[in-house]
Order: sequence, then structure tokens, then C-alpha cells
Amino acid sequence: MSAEPIWFRLPPPPTEVPRAPERPAPRAVELTIDGASVAVPEGATLLEACRSIGIDTPTLCYLENLTPVNVCRVCVVEVEGLRTLVPACSRTVEPGMVVQTDSERVRHSRRMVLEFLASSVDVSTAPDLRRYAERYGAEPGRYGPTAATVAQPVKVDNELYVRDYAKCILCYRCVEACGTDAQNTFAIAVAGRGFEARISTEFAVPLPDSACVYCGNCIGVCPTGALMFRSEHEMRAAGTWDEARQARTDTICPYCGVGCTLTLHVQDGEIVKVTSPLDHEVTAGHLCIKGRFGWAFVGKRGE
Amino acid sequence: MGGGTSSYGEVEETDVILLWGSNARETHPIFFHHVLRGVHNGARLYVVDPRRTGSAEWADAWLGLDVGSDIALANAIGREIIVAGLTCEAFTRNATDGFEAYRTAVEPYTLEYAERETGVPAEAIRTVAHAYARADRAMICWTLGITEHHNAVDNVLALVNLSLLTGHVGRYGSGLNPLRGQNNVQGGGDMGALPDRLPGFQHVENDEVRAKFETAWGVTIPPKRGWHLTGMFEAMERGELTALHVVGENPAQSEADQHRAVRLLEGLETLVVQDLFLTKTAELADVVLPSAAGWAESEGTVTSSERRVQRVRRALDPPGEARDDLAIICDLARRLGHDLGSPSAEEVWEEVRSLSPVHAGMSYRRLEELGGIRWPCYDDDHPGELFLHSRLWEEPVRGPRAPFVPVEHDPPVDRLDDEFPIRLTTGRRLDSFNTGVQTARYRSPLRRGETLDLSPEDGERYGVADGERVRVRSRRGEVLAPVRYDRSLRPGLAFMTLHFGDQVATNLLTIDATDPKSGTAEFKATAIHIEKV
Repeated sequence: MSAEPIWFRLPPPPTEVPRAPERPAPRAVELTIDGASVAVPEGATLLEACRSIGIDTPTLCYLENLTPVNVCRVCVVEVEGLRTLVPACSRTVEPGMVVQTDSERVRHSRRMVLEFLASSVDVSTAPDLRRYAERYGAEPGRYGPTAATVAQPVKVDNELYVRDYAKCILCYRCVEACGTDAQNTFAIAVAGRGFEARISTEFAVPLPDSACVYCGNCIGVCPTGALMFRSEHEMRAAGTWDEARQARTDTICPYCGVGCTLTLHVQDGEIVKVTSPLDHEVTAGHLCIKGRFGWAFVGKRGE
Repeated sequence: MGGGTSSYGEVEETDVILLWGSNARETHPIFFHHVLRGVHNGARLYVVDPRRTGSAEWADAWLGLDVGSDIALANAIGREIIVAGLTCEAFTRNATDGFEAYRTAVEPYTLEYAERETGVPAEAIRTVAHAYARADRAMICWTLGITEHHNAVDNVLALVNLSLLTGHVGRYGSGLNPLRGQNNVQGGGDMGALPDRLPGFQHVENDEVRAKFETAWGVTIPPKRGWHLTGMFEAMERGELTALHVVGENPAQSEADQHRAVRLLEGLETLVVQDLFLTKTAELADVVLPSAAGWAESEGTVTSSERRVQRVRRALDPPGEARDDLAIICDLARRLGHDLGSPSAEEVWEEVRSLSPVHAGMSYRRLEELGGIRWPCYDDDHPGELFLHSRLWEEPVRGPRAPFVPVEHDPPVDRLDDEFPIRLTTGRRLDSFNTGVQTARYRSPLRRGETLDLSPEDGERYGVADGERVRVRSRRGEVLAPVRYDRSLRPGLAFMTLHFGDQVATNLLTIDATDPKSGTAEFKATAIHIEKV
């Protein structure tokens, strides 16, 4: 009798459940934040330390799935012995640090940042920024009606998403998501200096002429609605966009076998937007063109 | 058990990634994000592909082999590893069978022979062999470039042999990973949609297994394996298969040698198609059962390329008379005289858990809490296996050892000659999917419609400019298509997709030479002739 082929019955399970190699546990670092003593793992940021004890430090350019770039300066905190305020999102903890997150100096700095942004940028679709502006008493109107703005026409040059740079606070998140933090396509970068700085494709060509592959990961990370699904843009223009009537359901993308989680935003029986959870192991919040935009075939079946 | 051995996260922490017959950059873009994190962390990436793809652009080296010469390349890598003394002897001795037979079989595959057969420089083959064998951690990932050949299973075995030779399987960061092309092709097989398996990879010809299912289901299960898709078409040809129920598939456009596929479908006594759309296949059907979209209009689970079982959920109501697949199947069973009741998706899943040991620990509650679980997951406390086959590193190995299976190079069936001198290969583009049934319905700025992609050198040689239309002819059929110059192609190599079958029916050209074990057709290798029209 010939031996059974290997696949004829299931193999026995391993003696131990396979796991990733043990990593040495980081040492704890103790510091003081707003008078409270805190212990966090070595390598943690001040932002993580603040959040671990429930301090709601504002952030605009920071996002969990991107590398901190320290550009918005709204997360700054005061560290005893340091001349300047430091960005909490990227500054790592050191033993014995004494940190103030709500001193007058910190509040003043955050208020100024938020005032500058809100006076020059259309923040109508930036709920976080508006909430922070209110918290810190920002008065963008005090620069008067002639304050410089980045107002400009919305760029509608393709079927999938629009770019409204009148709403752009130059947080760099889209550049990072298009770059090494996720998509590695490098279709956009920051061009120009000072007040002339702006997000641009190469030589400012329209998206269809650029390197863009329409993954929409830039929309997924944009904090102000400057980058927006065309469906959302058109519904807002028509006055039919209503987040209160939208349900969110997590499911799995119908295309390739990677198994990306899609969060379907559904209003009135139609998908109006697709995102992915930032903390998901498979996607880290990032999708491809099919996952983010390729859903028109369900519901009304693309009619 | 058949599935990717590693988890995606391990790709980020491995040292060498061999991406073979896969353009993951376009076909599995989010998996490629993990590959890129690996590359940014210092991993070396080697891409084996006839085309210099978007994936190859990220590689330390691109091995541009001739279509269908994968085994010659893999065996030469294996031989070089042995000759250079880089075999992981502790592993081959403890955990494998048949090493000597393998060594003998690969002996003729010298670097020089492989260079002649594959077109890849001997030095590049040597470099990859040494990098793969010397790495602490290394993985091989592949897609349809390996499996859409007449010797698909042999191609896979050639890669498996390399992992056994070097011990790059069963450890964190080392593994063998087929990237699945559809969102539940893994889960479909896991659930028994294979000719020889019941749910959970349990073999239908195993008496103990069958007895367990017969007790649970109260029916007698045929003790012999059934047909795979290709076998079904052969059975139609012989007149043995006269009724077909097609669920969510469009074989009238997706099968190789489309003239033959359509003729056989038309010759059936009964054809039932259950689909979201009135596809070309549905147009041939006697009965069409409109169904709900599995991923957005019904509840259930799907399983990904890393064996992760995840929940799909209903977010929309299906339109018109479209119904949940599960409800359709239960109604159909009732008409056929079997009352399956009206179970929910979760109730069906509970039955799976009770019969498939590798899914036993995956309750809906745990799937929800953990964001999916990788099989095998034997009980309610089991976290699921991060990577497979770790038992092969136990001494002594319990259960069967992993066999080397020597395989020989066997070039594509559709030979090139003076009349058909160009090698046509097929694949996907980033924004489209298979026969385009789903993707045709969203407006992609990247879409250009079907083209015959050709190297500029061949364009010049055959006197066709970029954008001009050509008649593309194979030994089975012909189509008209515009030419697009593509610098990622070498002279003698052309590329098309199956995405726009209504405009350009690429499968009129392809050959249905199929792998005897998997039934997969050789979509990757067609001999064609082109002429300007």
C-alpha cells in the first residue's frame, strides 16, 4: 500500500502557537505633565504621554499613521528649561521633563496659530480646527477684511475627487500619504515659499497629466476638506450632504485578495464616501483606486 | 492546508522579498504598501517578471525572464544554492523528504543553461540565489504569473522547493505567499469550493472525514472528487455535464479560448446564472437569479491572502428583486426537496465552526473584537496562527515531513514560430478588475480601454505606430485592437488585459491548455501574429 499523500489529512498543530519574536520591553520614562507624574515607555512622544493621561492636546498636521512633520505648531507645549516651545507630536519624552500644556504662553501660541489659519483659509469644512479655535479664543476677524487669504477657485479636473486649496492649511499630510508614508507615488509636493507655499503637482499640471494614481489616500488624511470625494463636493454644493443621516458600516473590499477593510458611508441608501480605519493592520487607513472609488456597481448597480 | 504562510506584517520585517510573477504594485496595491515598508526598512526586493512592471521599478534587481521559463530559473537558483553550500541542512535533514532526488533533478540546471532558457543573465540568477539563501528571513510571493500556465502546480512546487532548501518557511519573516486575486478566492477554497475538499481542507476521499459530515448533514456524500472548472468544460464537451449553475462568475468572457467556452455553454440543456448583473454568461442562461452583492448587501465572512477571516456586512438594500445568495440557495434546495430552513449567515458559520477544526475558534464575536482571525484557530482561546508550518522546526517533527517534489522545465504549449512570432501575455491594470463587470461602472481617470501593448522596437519592426489599429491573430481566433507603445516590454513580448471583453475579446486569442492538477489555463502565454489594418 502506498503512503498517504501529505494533504490527505490535516497536519498536527505546532506544540506552541507561532508568534512574532519577543522584542525587549522599552524602559519606562517618568516625567511631569501639568503637575501630574506620568510614566510612559522610552521613545514615546510628549503627545502620547499627554493622551495617556487624558489631556486633549490639539493637533492638525499630526496623524497616527503618518510620520510627524512638525509644521502646524498647534500642539506646542512648554518644557521647563527649554527656550522655545516644542511640538508635542514629535518630541520624545526624557526622564524628569517638566511639561506645561495649558500655560498662558502655550495658550497664546496656539491661539495665534489658529487665528492665522482661520483668517487666511476657508475653514468651513474643518471641524477640528474650528473647535480648537473656539477653545483658545481665536479671533480671526481682528485682522480686518483686507487680511490676505489663499482664496482661489476649486480645482475640478477629474471624475473622482476635487482639490479646493482655498481650504488648505499646508499640513503636509497629503504629501506624506502620497509619499513614503503610504502610497510612494510622489505626485504632489509643497511648492513655493512663505505665503506663496502651496500643494502642487509637478509643474502644477492637472491631476490627469500628473503621476497621480487616484488612490485617494490624500483625501483620507486631509483634515480640512480641501481634498474631497467629488460625490461629497457635489452633494454639499446641492445642499444634500447630511452627516447626521449617514450610517457607517465596516466591510471588506470586493476586489483583490488583500482583504482591506472599507468603511462605507451611506446616506439615503447610497454609498457617498469610502474610508478605512487608521488603526487597521492591513490598510493603516490607506486604500487603492478600486477600494476607495470602485463601488458604483452596488446599490443601483451603476445605473 | 493551502494558503499564504506569512502575515502581511512580516513582509515589513523580512530581509529578502522575491516577488515572482506578480505585479503587486498594480494588482495588490495595499499589500505592496507592506512590501514598500519592508524595502524602506532595508529589505532587498527581487522581481521576477517578463515585464518591467511598476513593481520591478522598486526592485534591487529585475529578472526579466521569458514567459513560461520559471522552472528553469527556479531550478537553477536551487542548484546554485546547493553547489555554493548554502543549503540549510538542519532543516532539510530534520523536516523534509526527497532532498537527494531534488539535488539530482536540478543538477542539469546550470547557470549557463538557465541563462539560455530564461534570458536572465547568469550573474543575476547567482545574485538572487545567494541573497535568498543567505538571508536570515526571506519570503517568496507570487501571483498568476506562476499559476496561469499549463504547468501551474509544477511552477508552485519549484518555488516551494527553494523554501525547503533554505529553511525559509515556518519562521517569522520567512514564508511562501500566493497573493489571491479575488477577495474571497482563499475563503471559497477553504469552504470546500474545490473538487476534492469539504470545508476546512478535509479530503472528500477520506472515510473518517466523510462520515463526520454525513452524520452532521444526514446525507450520503459521493466518495470521489468532482470536477474543477476546466474539467467541467471537458465534461460538457463529452456530453456528461448538461446542467450548470453559475454563481458570480462570467465564464463566457473569462475562460480561455472563448469561442469554445461559449459554444459549450450554449450547448447545455440547462444554464442557471446567479449574478449581480446580466453578464454575457447570464445572457446565455435559461434562468437568471438576480443576487445581492456579497460584500455590501449581505452578511458573512471572506478570507484574505494572509488567511485572515473577516466579516462583510450589509450596508445597502439590494435593488429590485435581487436577493441574498444564501436565501436563493435555501429556496432552491427546498424546491429540490431538501429543507435547509432559513439560516442566517452567522448560523451557517456556526455549522462551519462545528465541522472545520481550523475555524473552530472563530465566533462572530471574536472576529469582531480581533478585526479578523487567521486560520488555523482551533478553539475560543486560540489567537490564530501568525505564520504556518512552525511545526517543521520542532525536533523531531511531528506529523509528515515536507516533501521536495522535483519538477522539470516545460515551455508554454502555444509555441512561437514564423507565423506566430510574438509572445502575448495577459494581466490586470490598476483601476480595473477581471472582465470589467464591476469596474466598468465607475469612472476612472486612468482608463484608456483595451490596447495591444507592444515594445517600441516591435512597433517599428512590424510597421505600426503608437495608436494605430492592428489585427491580432492567434491559432484560435483574432481581434482588432489599437497598439500602445510600452517601454516596460521587451521586443517579442506583448500585453493585453481581459477587462474590456465587449470591445476587445482577448480570450478569443488565449489557449485553454490547462494544468492537469489545478485546471488553470495558460492565459499567460499565447503565440500571436500582428498586422496593421
